[in-house]
Amino acid sequence: MTERADAATVEKASRPAPRPLGTGYRAPWSDRIAEAVIRGLALVSVLSIALIFVFIAKEAIPLFFEPEAQQEFGGLAALFSPRTWPGYDASVFIWQPVGGTPKMNLVPLFVGTLKITVLGMLFSVPLAVLAAIFVSQYATRRAREVLKPALELMASIPSVVLGFFALMVLASLMQDTLGLPSRLNALVAAVGLAIAIAPVVFTVSEDALSSVPRELAAAALALGARKHQVVLRIVLPAALPGIAAGAILGFGRAIGETMIVLMASGNAAVVELFDPTSSARTVTATIASELGEVTPGDAHWRVLFLLGSLLFVVTFVLNRLAVWVVEALQRRWTAGASR
Amino acid sequence: MMRGASRTDWVLFALSGSAVALMLLTLVGILVPVFVEGLPRIDLVFLTAQPSADLVGGGIWPAIFGTTLLTLLMTLAVVPAGVATAIYLTEYAPRRSRLATVVRAAVHNLAGVPSIVFGLFGLGFFVLFVGRGLDALLYDPADGPVWGQPAVLWSSLTLAVLTLPVVIVTTEEALRAVPHDLRLASYGLGATRWQTIAQVVLPNARAGILTGVVLAVSRGAGEVAPIIFTGAANFLPYLPTDLRDMYMHLGYHVFALSTQSPNVDLARPTLFATVAVLLTLTFSLNLVAVVLRARTRSRAHAR
Repeated sequence: MTERADAATVEKASRPAPRPLGTGYRAPWSDRIAEAVIRGLALVSVLSIALIFVFIAKEAIPLFFEPEAQQEFGGLAALFSPRTWPGYDASVFIWQPVGGTPKMNLVPLFVGTLKITVLGMLFSVPLAVLAAIFVSQYATRRAREVLKPALELMASIPSVVLGFFALMVLASLMQDTLGLPSRLNALVAAVGLAIAIAPVVFTVSEDALSSVPRELAAAALALGARKHQVVLRIVLPAALPGIAAGAILGFGRAIGETMIVLMASGNAAVVELFDPTSSARTVTATIASELGEVTPGDAHWRVLFLLGSLLFVVTFVLNRLAVWVVEALQRRWTAGASR
Repeated sequence: MMRGASRTDWVLFALSGSAVALMLLTLVGILVPVFVEGLPRIDLVFLTAQPSADLVGGGIWPAIFGTTLLTLLMTLAVVPAGVATAIYLTEYAPRRSRLATVVRAAVHNLAGVPSIVFGLFGLGFFVLFVGRGLDALLYDPADGPVWGQPAVLWSSLTLAVLTLPVVIVTTEEALRAVPHDLRLASYGLGATRWQTIAQVVLPNARAGILTGVVLAVSRGAGEVAPIIFTGAANFLPYLPTDLRDMYMHLGYHVFALSTQSPNVDLARPTLFATVAVLLTLTFSLNLVAVVLRARTRSRAHAR
């Protein structure tokens, strides 16, 4: 640093090179120690994300190399293909990892996760986007200052409380009103999940809608457009990438949500994609309910960590996707000549 | 509504308005039953006594104590790392720094990792790798695990990693809100970079940093999935006195009462009361954060 500064001074004696503020001298020890410590601590988050991946994958990978594990669960293909288990007539997908013959097909868990997540999204995204339209386009400033924190307060409800609510209140209510065959099922879990992700989608969508440049709406109104035309044809399309990012974040949150589905879905590993009233077992609930009872290092333990690795990878990709969508949005607005 | 509104205008207004109403109604629908059924069970004994062995009778003091201890330890771990990262990003990182880009991406991804994955990580890394590693180094394996088992220390470190993005993002926002003129004035008086950060920037961002800490505590206090395998206990007749002890936890208590109790109807009042205590805790923490944030924002505007 000092050498380069000296060289610059020699070259342009009349106009010294600009240096970062507060660095135009040999820094005292306290400054150098502080900077080193801060730089070191800034790496903690990078280190954490790397360690999370390494230590979860580390437990799963031997599954594919250890001969005993191979023998016990039958290889990678066995996790995804149906099999005629002893005592069964046809070949079926079964998740029943404990017992005489451990049966480990991941397909029932994927079906359960997908079913609850998609239902939860169907309930929450339209609701959250509509609410965001109201708060950003119709509410007065004073109403907005009350509504936004109130709806965001919903996001702070711990998921175990939503699980409790789905289990103790919603389940009976829905069984009574809809006449469902069982109290706990995919539908109840999906409604609980929707309560958890709606505030997330709302917050991101509302931010996207409010940050659409006012000039656009003003120009449309000046041309004689009606309010609904401005909202639906100008503001909403302009904010669509932001809303999409919110939905992607909500989807990631939904796939990874544990306590609500663990408590309210009934947890039977059923392969039934289109019946929302049947019980369902998700990837997350499987990890949460089974990890405590397995011996570290055996095949079941490793399969649970494999599920964890898959969750990590899927949410990682969804997160990058959301960032990419938001950046595309920003480029679109900063590329305009007027801004 | 505006003049000349057509029918479509009204439909959109009514539809979006009812979406807001439905969300608010859901919030009320959660709060009302919890407090109506829960409050009658809450008294001084409930807050200060031990639970009975079936979890139904007695109080929830060990769960309150455990949650407090857990979040306190978590705060001690997460605040230095989180605040330092935010200082690095706003004060030290050069523009278009590649390291800063990587750190930001890591923070962003960390925020999206599912909580159950943190549970796997806490067990695989803290309990089995660090804990068992310490045991292998310091103790005779015949004595059994000392550090290498679920404990309040490992739970709190797991939660510290989980809440790191909350602290970093809020602190960064607070540091950016400190006017650049203040830094210039400090440098103009001959202060060094660290003196400027420690004596000008940080004191001015205090409320914002506190907001981040409060939000992290609120988030950490409510998470259950990461602590199931790293230290939370179903029932413990004593309070944790050591970093290596297990502990009871309000959120875990809610989970245990609602899924593992032999007689659900008998457990119901205690369950609702525990949820009421947990919700009161998280909501009041969030309320503090909202107030702090509003105050920082109005101060920033006043300048």
